[in-house]
Amino acid sequence: MQQRDGRPVDQAIELVHRADRARVLAGLIGLLRDFDLAEEALQDAFVAAFEAWPKTGIPANPAAWLTTTARRKAIDRIRRAAARDRRQREWGELSVAWTSGSPADAIVDDRLRLIFTCCHPALSIEAQIALTLRTLGGLSTAEVARAFVIAEPALAQRLVRAKRKIKDSAIPYRVPDAAELPERLDAVLAVITLIFNAGYLPGAGSAVVRADLCEEAKRLAVLLADLLPHEPEPIALVALLQLLDSRRAARADENGRPLTLEEQDRELWDRAQILTALQLLERIATLGPPGPYALKAGIAAVHASTRHPADTDWPRIVDLYDRLLLVEPTPVVALNRCVAVAMTGSPDDGLRLLDEPDLAVALGQYHHYHLTRADLLRRAGRTSEAAVAYEAARTRTDNRAEHEFVDRRLEELALRSDGPIGHPTRGAAAANRQG
Amino acid sequence: MRYMLIIANDPALHPVPGGPGWDDLMAGYAAFSEQLASHGRPFSGDPLTPPDTATTVRVRDGKTLTMDGPFAETKEWMSGYFLIEADNLDGALMAASMIPSAKFGAVEVRPVAEMH
Repeated sequence: MQQRDGRPVDQAIELVHRADRARVLAGLIGLLRDFDLAEEALQDAFVAAFEAWPKTGIPANPAAWLTTTARRKAIDRIRRAAARDRRQREWGELSVAWTSGSPADAIVDDRLRLIFTCCHPALSIEAQIALTLRTLGGLSTAEVARAFVIAEPALAQRLVRAKRKIKDSAIPYRVPDAAELPERLDAVLAVITLIFNAGYLPGAGSAVVRADLCEEAKRLAVLLADLLPHEPEPIALVALLQLLDSRRAARADENGRPLTLEEQDRELWDRAQILTALQLLERIATLGPPGPYALKAGIAAVHASTRHPADTDWPRIVDLYDRLLLVEPTPVVALNRCVAVAMTGSPDDGLRLLDEPDLAVALGQYHHYHLTRADLLRRAGRTSEAAVAYEAARTRTDNRAEHEFVDRRLEELALRSDGPIGHPTRGAAAANRQG
Repeated sequence: MRYMLIIANDPALHPVPGGPGWDDLMAGYAAFSEQLASHGRPFSGDPLTPPDTATTVRVRDGKTLTMDGPFAETKEWMSGYFLIEADNLDGALMAASMIPSAKFGAVEVRPVAEMH
């Protein structure tokens, strides 16, 4: 028991909310098999903490106190519902449920089970993201709504529908068995990646980075890697997100304008995150052939280990993309490979690949496709074509920072339009617009 | 929990009796039924005749309206169903993925609304 005045209590509650909410909630959902009841009971328990802790002091183990209190609150709620609806059956099952099982193991497993429930492919991808952020992350419904630029009532509705489907169609609360795990794990990794990307490459608004979403995604990836210590891909995802996030401070100039990988001040890159990530990659290198996340992290690691853009080992990056295309043959991977090819050879080598009909059709509406094309055209000295491509990119994003980036490039083109520009000295140019 | 597995097919892609792929399809369904039976849980399921044999009935203001054809005109039509019991959605999805017609058609999985 600790201090009895008000302020440390508020801080303690905030701390336990941030650190332990997901774990306690996952345990409650595992016990109650009901998302709404678990959330309400936990909310009740936090309210009770605000009332009780100033009088009794902060308990030695706040998370355990909350769990116990939330269970009691859940029983109260079920009893009230049972009295109303005579749903005695549910009450009977509940009293049996928590007499068994050792709490510590059960709680860890509960969070893993919860991840697989939230990221179940029977739910829409939007619902998977919202549910994961809401239950396993620490974000409120309002914060999730803001992050994904949707109205809060619409998001609340989406969450209600998802929770109802989990209940009514009996989406299970379990870790998939060995045969299903690879496919289902891919779905979880994809959800975490989408959360990170929403923070790293925000589509609308003015921000270059939404750090809160990046942090949430990293936390979820670390949690998944901790819970599945023998799976290499969650560890690779942690490394990948750390490597990308290590550039956070360098990705925009003082006016908030995004900078390319080539333009960034690499002194600003977060060495601590880079070192951790490189160590993680070393650890999983012995666990068999690399999966898609390990290969992507490997590519990011080449950049992270290079102090000067001119020294970038582009042939190695092309090789990693070749291997990535085998396990993940998507147009976006093909697009990034074009850049690497252009950097090892000439811009025209990259442009030839970019203009292949399959890729042009698949990515025609994607602004990074047009930005990449524009950049290679600029480097090849094809100024007027480059300007057209920059305009095409501009019309395909709502992000103000991206608009400013395009404007800056167009200005540069206008300044130099009297002569061919920037036949790039090999390697001195870098084109990776992922920053 | 009970689930209805509703099989939908585009007839243009569906094998016809005596045609290529038909025997394999029938063998596949026999194997699937055996698999279901081996779980020891009650199930039922049958193919349906094509939609040109369908008749749709509506009752409005006490009058029965009978019409030729299925209730929805789509390229895909309901060609059969299974009613199975499973522990949860994953079990039902697993069963659905083993239905031979899933290879060229689609299987919709719907929980039965149990009325207590």
